[in-house]
Amino acid sequence: MTATDSYQTPDGRTIGPNVMEMRNISLRFGGVKAIQDISFDIHEGEIRAIIGPNGAGKSSMLNVINGFYHPQEGEILYKGEVRKPMKPYEIAYQGIARTFQNIALFKGMSTLDNIMTGRLTHMKTGMLEQIIWSGRAEREEVENRAFVEHIIDFLEIQTIRKTPVGRLPYGLQKRVELGRALAAEPSLLLLDEPMAGMNVEEKEDMSRFILDVNDEFGTTIALIEHDMGVVMDIADRVVVMDYGKKIGDGTPSEVRNNQDVIDAYLGVSHD
Amino acid sequence: MLYREVGEFKPSYKKDQQTFPIRLDRYGYYAILAFAFCVIPFLINDYWANAILLPFLIFGIAAIGLNILTGYCGQVSLGSGGFMAVGAYACYKLMTGFPDLNIIFCIMLSGGITALVGIMFGLPSLRIKGFYLAVATLAAQFFLIWLFNKVAWFYNYSASGQITAPERTLFGEIVTGANATPEVAYLVCLSFLVVLAMVARNLTRGSVGRKWMAIRDMDIAAEIIGVNPLMAKLTAFGVSSFYVGIAGALLFSVYLGAVEVGEVFGIQKSFIILFMIIIGGLGSIFGSLAGAAFLVAMPVVLKNVMVGQLGWAVDLAAHFEFLIVGALIIFFLIVEPHGFAMLWRIIKEKLRLWPFPH
Ligand SMILES: Nc1ncnc2c1ncn2[C@@H]1O[C@H](COP(=O)(O)OP(=O)(O)OP(=O)(O)O)[C@@H](O)[C@H]1O
Ligand SMILES: [Mg+2]
Repeated sequence: MTATDSYQTPDGRTIGPNVMEMRNISLRFGGVKAIQDISFDIHEGEIRAIIGPNGAGKSSMLNVINGFYHPQEGEILYKGEVRKPMKPYEIAYQGIARTFQNIALFKGMSTLDNIMTGRLTHMKTGMLEQIIWSGRAEREEVENRAFVEHIIDFLEIQTIRKTPVGRLPYGLQKRVELGRALAAEPSLLLLDEPMAGMNVEEKEDMSRFILDVNDEFGTTIALIEHDMGVVMDIADRVVVMDYGKKIGDGTPSEVRNNQDVIDAYLGVSHD
Repeated sequence: MLYREVGEFKPSYKKDQQTFPIRLDRYGYYAILAFAFCVIPFLINDYWANAILLPFLIFGIAAIGLNILTGYCGQVSLGSGGFMAVGAYACYKLMTGFPDLNIIFCIMLSGGITALVGIMFGLPSLRIKGFYLAVATLAAQFFLIWLFNKVAWFYNYSASGQITAPERTLFGEIVTGANATPEVAYLVCLSFLVVLAMVARNLTRGSVGRKWMAIRDMDIAAEIIGVNPLMAKLTAFGVSSFYVGIAGALLFSVYLGAVEVGEVFGIQKSFIILFMIIIGGLGSIFGSLAGAAFLVAMPVVLKNVMVGQLGWAVDLAAHFEFLIVGALIIFFLIVEPHGFAMLWRIIKEKLRLWPFPH
């Protein structure tokens, strides 16, 4: 199923038209062909998984989406329009947020400040107003703080609000990073292996948060994940990559029964 | 349990975000301000002003400036001396070129000019990082000193090559020149420091400061959150240089009165200001001031004790000073990169629990 229009999920959610479409993307690093002629789309409100063995080009794909890498070929459509080459910070203002495979938190800041930093795209006061502080700058700070507290409650991290993130255990750091991405109120959220290195319990928590984000805020999510069980549970549709090529695309059950995918990925152990 | 947060329930986020959330801190701060503005001017004499107070206030401003760039934004600079020279020479040219311009405007404009120069030298920071950026700022330091030495226009072709501050008044009081009184010079520098420290506090607690810190901690993540790295770094260079420039202008016009560029603004000054923020605490306004106070007061105290009391030779005392500073820097770099500011916080945390350790 590669519908270009809205569709209905088995659990009864209505998925909107596509928000992002990758058309014939190719990305090379010198001789390394990280992505070869890949096309796929992401629909509004869906949870889209990207899976594939190590080095398949999954992270590179996210880096293309949020502007770190510029593909040599192909075009990207966002909300129906071809996107010009843009800097990552400009793409942030278009409503795309992400987390990283290796945690990329601001180590010198507290949980609260990390998540507050995620609100930057919503904070408009200029330098002069901030110098004066009382008035617009302070009001803006308080308003955004209220929103951030909402996220802190949602992720159940109230107790570590003022803790420097460097002191937090790995699982919580991942959660704070999710909070920082959520603070931007993104319309498209990219998650690069949000559950890597977690134990079963932490994975369950994280899966629940991802489903809740999708459900409560209607956020479109594209995530990379190695744990097939998790992917089968939470993803609406799955793209399968191998050696930079797309070898499968469809619902979890379609992908699971795809012979190419079984050969390349599911049959092989990756631990 | 005298010093505590208990009973200070924060009813709003606004309260939680204030500069001194604990009441005792706030009162302490007001008390220090009142003492500094209302009592010290009556006690001050030439020795205290010249040996301790003026250098502390002026280098405090410079240290806050460098801390914004290095402590908050993560861009190491070894050019502070050179940028102070820019402030000093800008001030000199403004004072002599526009004799009717108020001295306060001259000093602020000098800060503005230094900010522009700082932004210019900050441009390479988008491409080069860390050690290489430090070397580039070192080059700026040498270039600027060379420039002010070589181009006679900067010192109005004076035979000595020095610049000398003409007399200027503020509200009828003499601020610059040989006839300025220590209390007036002190009050001018104090006012600049207090205002600039508050501005720095406001800038670093809001979104501008978080942009800087995001760039410092993880520039890739900062970018995907919406931080334009070049803008963040250039604003840090600009604001930082503004502070350093004002410090240079004050040092020249209000404190020294006459300046020979290589002597006053040499590379040692860049290092001393860097040491101030390392010892005081990177990424802390309070730390900048603590570091400045320490490095200004320590040589004076050492000299008084070792030379005055113990009768040591002057150069021995000077060597001892290097030893102490060096040891402290190594200590703080290895054990406590957040400097005095962190030690102070730890003491307060202990105090909060005292007398019950848990
Ligand atoms: N900046 C880069 N420069 C050179 N080669 C790169 C770069 N980024 C990725 N590659 C290469 O592109 C290929 C795809 O890497 P990518 O990180 O996208 O894989 P992945 O699917 O995310 O793998 P993993 O599951 O290990 O995270 C790899 O061969 C990698 O070495
Ligand atoms: Mg990856």
